Amino acid sequence: MLVNQFLILAAVLFCIGVYGVIARRNAVMVLMSIELILNSVNINFLAFALRNGSVDGHVFALYIIAVAAAEVGVGLALVLLVYRNRKSIALDELSEMKG
Amino acid sequence: MFAEASTVAHEALSSGWFLEHAFLIPIIPAVAFALIIFFGKKLPMKGSELGVLSMVASLVFSVGAALQWINRVNGATEEQYIDPVIRSWTWWNSGGFEFGIGQHIDGLSLTILVVVAFISSLVQIYSLEYLRGDRRYTHFFASLTLFSAGMLNMVVAENMIQLILGWEIMGLCSFLLIGHWWEDGANSRAALKAFFTTRTGDIGLLVGTSVLFFSANSWTQENLGVSGFSIRGLSAWALTGDPSHAAITVGAVALFIACIGKSGQFPLHTWLPDAMAGPTPVSSLLHSSTMVVAGVFLVARLYPVFFEGMNIFGSGVNLITLIGGITIVIAAALAFVQTDIKKVLAYSTVSQLGYMMMGLGAGAWMPAVFHIFTHAFFKACLFLAAGSISHSASHHSFEMKKDMGGLRKFMPITFTTWIISTLALCGVFPFAGFFSKDEIIDNVGHNGYTVFMVVGLVGAFLTAAYMTRATYLTFFGEPRGASAGESHDDHGDDHDTHDEHDAHASHGPHESNLLITVPLMILATLALGAGLFNATPFGESWERMTKWVEPRSVVVEDMDHAAVGETRGVPAAIAAGAEAPVGEEPHAAEGENGAHAQSVCGTSTPEKGICNAPQLQHAPFKWSKAGMSVLIVLVGMLISWLISVQMYTKKAGFFVGLTSRNKLLALGYRFLVNKYYLDHLYEKVIVHGIAHPIAKAAYWVNQNILDGIVNGAGLVARRVAGWVYRNVDQRVVDGAVNGSGAVARGTGNVLRPVQSGKVSQYGALLFAAAAVAGLVLIIVNT
Repeated sequence: MLVNQFLILAAVLFCIGVYGVIARRNAVMVLMSIELILNSVNINFLAFALRNGSVDGHVFALYIIAVAAAEVGVGLALVLLVYRNRKSIALDELSEMKG
Repeated sequence: MFAEASTVAHEALSSGWFLEHAFLIPIIPAVAFALIIFFGKKLPMKGSELGVLSMVASLVFSVGAALQWINRVNGATEEQYIDPVIRSWTWWNSGGFEFGIGQHIDGLSLTILVVVAFISSLVQIYSLEYLRGDRRYTHFFASLTLFSAGMLNMVVAENMIQLILGWEIMGLCSFLLIGHWWEDGANSRAALKAFFTTRTGDIGLLVGTSVLFFSANSWTQENLGVSGFSIRGLSAWALTGDPSHAAITVGAVALFIACIGKSGQFPLHTWLPDAMAGPTPVSSLLHSSTMVVAGVFLVARLYPVFFEGMNIFGSGVNLITLIGGITIVIAAALAFVQTDIKKVLAYSTVSQLGYMMMGLGAGAWMPAVFHIFTHAFFKACLFLAAGSISHSASHHSFEMKKDMGGLRKFMPITFTTWIISTLALCGVFPFAGFFSKDEIIDNVGHNGYTVFMVVGLVGAFLTAAYMTRATYLTFFGEPRGASAGESHDDHGDDHDTHDEHDAHASHGPHESNLLITVPLMILATLALGAGLFNATPFGESWERMTKWVEPRSVVVEDMDHAAVGETRGVPAAIAAGAEAPVGEEPHAAEGENGAHAQSVCGTSTPEKGICNAPQLQHAPFKWSKAGMSVLIVLVGMLISWLISVQMYTKKAGFFVGLTSRNKLLALGYRFLVNKYYLDHLYEKVIVHGIAHPIAKAAYWVNQNILDGIVNGAGLVARRVAGWVYRNVDQRVVDGAVNGSGAVARGTGNVLRPVQSGKVSQYGALLFAAAAVAGLVLIIVNT
């Protein structure tokens, strides 16, 4: 069934995203991976909306897109400031929060 | 036949756009407040123009509504009940209760609306000049506008919730305005004192509203289809004769405690004089028409509740008259020992509010409401005049003894308006105060409260005396201190912010400019003429306010039970005895008490239908009684004048004092054969022997007993708190806290290696945890 393929696509995207977040050193790449995760969730929403014949999933997807845009804005601003201060955006160097 | 006629007349009750839209009156300044806060600083006049414009717009709306109301009353028949214009919308629903918001417009609310809007407009115009160059100019106008909006909202309120909303807005704004110059510690202390004292009373407002709601709600829902918060519902409920006496008494007492706090009545009056720390326009607004009048207004608004709850007419004394009576004398006595001109006026306000309360407590509803009306004009005028003096003559000082004196030559307009308002306040014949204050005293006596009539007369005597003293100190004699241009140099350095508008004031006392004097002149005109709105002495055709404002105590057929399904004005006699020949009964009833037909309202249960106002009586006016009270006032003025001349004029000015005394009273001169002996008598025996001890005793009670009670309560609270601290807090609570702290530290140590500071690791943990949680969910659900 078509819906299953959507779900599989979403699961694959999610895993790629999680891998990116955990493994990449570049902060911008991490942000992009987070976008992948969010979009996999969007696909899930749409897939289930398709199966249930309801419009709610579409509405949620739109909300998530809007929120994700804001989130990326904040994230990039953070990255920019980090870069200005340290001339580097390698995440493994940012370990001041070590407890 | 008769009933038919009144039905037709009822349907013809006219209304109008302004009446139907009176709810806009508080909304206009509220919107203006928001605009001033957000955009005020960018406007050419720093937001003040919005404040003035909104108040003028409110005034126009109020006056329009009032004119349409007068039309409505004039179009009705004599015995008809004039329905208030009530509109209501749902504000919010909660737990099955519906909270409404709307308007309840009748003669009372329109009277206060017009007064509030009028005084607010003038005060704002006055403030344009008075606060010019102030560092928080925009905020001042924003607060002032919201303050008026709060009062207007309280006055149009359809139900108790809306009334509390306005009431609390005023409490907040009074705090902001009294503490306007908060850099001075005394000012912010005064603001806090005002806020906390009124808050203490406000507990009573919440308790009273709840008690009344839960007692009245089922009755009002069943019979009128309105909630138990509705003012109309509560009034009708109180007069059914049904309500359990305990509930309505508790409710009325609790509400009255709120009124004591807000209106500065006896035990809680201490905040009012301190509130003088605010800018003078604020004092003027706060003391004349808003804030302090709110308590009196609440009693007048829910009069049926207080009428039944306090058993007015039922006994020789009740809580309202008692508090009012004590307040009149205590406050008037305190006014004698003040040297600050604004404090004299503040105590005078407290005393006048005592008159209003006493009148309401003794069943003199109309005179009390009329006193609110007239008092607003002359008290606002007195405060603004005091402000004008400090602005242009005494260099921001309000000390009469130190910095004023002899100002009548320099400030003719301020002087004239002050004198007119003083005469109005004292209740001298053609001035406004006479028509209202004398009516209160007269009606209190007529309703059987003889002791309180005497208290009222004593109060009138004291009022005349202390106002004469203040007038003498301010305007007569020789200029002293700042007025004489002495202390200007001392002041100039401390008040850098004032220098800008002091540049023109540095050459000694002079008259203020038009922005200040025009409001003064308008108010003085009304202090002179406002009494004519309800001039009882000139006959019934002059009692316009009584006709327009006083609710008629007519039994109205119950809305839901009436066959026609609409309210009909039916005379009590017809409603009670359906068998009686129509047309005969009203005549019999009318014969008994002139214009006001006897009604059962307030005395027994109306058999069919509801009452909206208790049956009150009006004392027939007698020139002999009025003459007596005016005589008392004049004697008070005379004595005070003579004492003031002796006391405050030193050797050099002694002969000046003698001649003015001689000119003023040839009669008094004959008694003053031995001047020195009389000096001694006045100063040592009367002032030090009688007036000073009383005033000092009152002050002592104020300082020691009342403060002692407060301090004692504080001490007890501190002891209890100390015990609680040592035992409960230190052992139980801290033990628990420390225990959980230790646990947290332990776990923290274990988990510390996880906090590597590496974002990627955190991310991995996050997703791992999410995966575990997802697994658990799946296992649980399958």
